[in-house]
Amino acid sequence: MSVMPVRPLRWLLPVLLLLLLAGCSGSLKWYVVSPLTDTGRSNLLFLLGGLKYTVLLSITAIAISIVVGLLVALPGISTSRWLRGANRVYVECVRSVPILVLILWVYYGLPIVMGISVSVFWAGVIALALSDSAFEAEIFRAGIQSIDRGQLEAADSIGLGYMDRMRYVVLPQAIKRVLPPLGNQLVYMLKMSSLVSIIGMEELTRRANELVTAEYRPLEIYTVLILEYLLLILLVSYGVRRLERRMTRDER
Amino acid sequence: MVSLERVGKRYGDFQALDGIDLTVQHGERVVICGPSGSGKSTLIRCINGLEVPDEGTIRFDGKAVTTAGSSMRARELRQLRTDVGMVFQQFNLFPHLSVLDNLTLGPMRARKLSRADAEALARKYLDRVHIPEQADKFPRQLSGGQQQRVAIARSLCMEPKLMLFDEPTSALDPEMISEVLDVMGELAETGMTMIVVTHEMGFARRVADRIVFMDKGQVMEDTTPESFFTSPSSPRGAEFLQRILNH
Ligand SMILES: Nc1ncnc2c1ncn2[C@@H]1O[C@H](COP(=O)(O)OP(=O)(O)OP(=O)(O)O)[C@@H](O)[C@H]1O
Ligand SMILES: [Mg+2]
Repeated sequence: MSVMPVRPLRWLLPVLLLLLLAGCSGSLKWYVVSPLTDTGRSNLLFLLGGLKYTVLLSITAIAISIVVGLLVALPGISTSRWLRGANRVYVECVRSVPILVLILWVYYGLPIVMGISVSVFWAGVIALALSDSAFEAEIFRAGIQSIDRGQLEAADSIGLGYMDRMRYVVLPQAIKRVLPPLGNQLVYMLKMSSLVSIIGMEELTRRANELVTAEYRPLEIYTVLILEYLLLILLVSYGVRRLERRMTRDER
Repeated sequence: MVSLERVGKRYGDFQALDGIDLTVQHGERVVICGPSGSGKSTLIRCINGLEVPDEGTIRFDGKAVTTAGSSMRARELRQLRTDVGMVFQQFNLFPHLSVLDNLTLGPMRARKLSRADAEALARKYLDRVHIPEQADKFPRQLSGGQQQRVAIARSLCMEPKLMLFDEPTSALDPEMISEVLDVMGELAETGMTMIVVTHEMGFARRVADRIVFMDKGQVMEDTTPESFFTSPSSPRGAEFLQRILNH
């Protein structure tokens, strides 16, 4: 199971051509985002400038949510009923909150609770990471539980403790199995990061919105926005697949 | 070295072990046999604490592994497991580690040896099981017989006082069984204390000091191979031998 097994160029090119042809008919004003005109170039650069925030936001959030997810997953596989219960409560509660709501709550609500102000960037990171951590926890739990019992018994039989057993036997094998779903989560995160535009984060979507307000060419600008996400995510999918192949190579 | 007193184990309503008394002396080789489901695996898994019996006491070197349903503390259990090696029917090698890393993991993490010492130990025992040239391969590149020999070497790297084997050749193709049994025979010659669950009666005859025949969670016979093979004292034992030998 790999992430988006498509050849990008096969259908990306026809779509682009279609749009350009439509532009020639005069109903579309491609000049607002055309690299051939001065306005278009500066508009494009403005739009693309959001890329680094989208990427930074998503990468930071997924890194944190992977760590938190793992910490939440471990009690979920313990023998103690209380720890397993705590894991369930966390997962069920966190994944029941819509991401957009969580973003608003963290940005506007958390400062009141904690008495500290949170920057737009960190509010976005916290909300995305929190929301995603519930899904990561489920992915890790399933991955760890898919490891054969015999592996655990072998680790026990050579005197490994809980931590060593996790670190040297269980997790290295589980990581390989959870890589495809983790890749999916990263893609999902890149898309969900667009919601952080609502609190003013200058990422791809926010910039497109601002430009639309200025130029009033929603179709052209949002089309570019779609292409930006498309390219970004195809690139990420490709990277994840390469990594997957490299990590499973020694097993064949 | 190992003693079991009135050990019992239930799974729900099912009595897997029922009042087992068994003592194994230092240097003894004991073969356990019996029909499927008679509790052989459960018995030897109790000895290294992979299962905890509900009743009775198991002692290893005088220390109680388990008494009346409660087992040692985690730290003592880890110590016990460095003293008791276990070889599984399905090998249970770590697929993501090379043969050498499979062997050095226990010594480095549980016995706190340096990498250099652990590797020297690993190579010594790979030699002992006759596959020194496979050190850098991964488990799935090896044949079943080679994998099981790696598993034996992995246990030996802990330099245990007692080795447990749970049907070590049952998952192997027939032509690979003898290479594993040979290695086990050689191990017996070094004076290792061994408890082996197996249906390989040729091996039992050659290597075992005692044969324990189990049925329905009970020890039905505990005797020398001589007397077990020539005149089993229980009807169930005779029936079992009939089936195994005419197989
Ligand atoms: N975890 C468990 N839960 C429930 N029942 C179990 C469990 N482990 C073993 N049993 C039951 O206990 C009985 C004894 O099992 P055990 O594995 O010790 O038998 P065995 O003599 O090793 O048999 P085999 O020759 O098939 O390996 C079997 O009937 C089995 O179904
Ligand atoms: Mg068994």
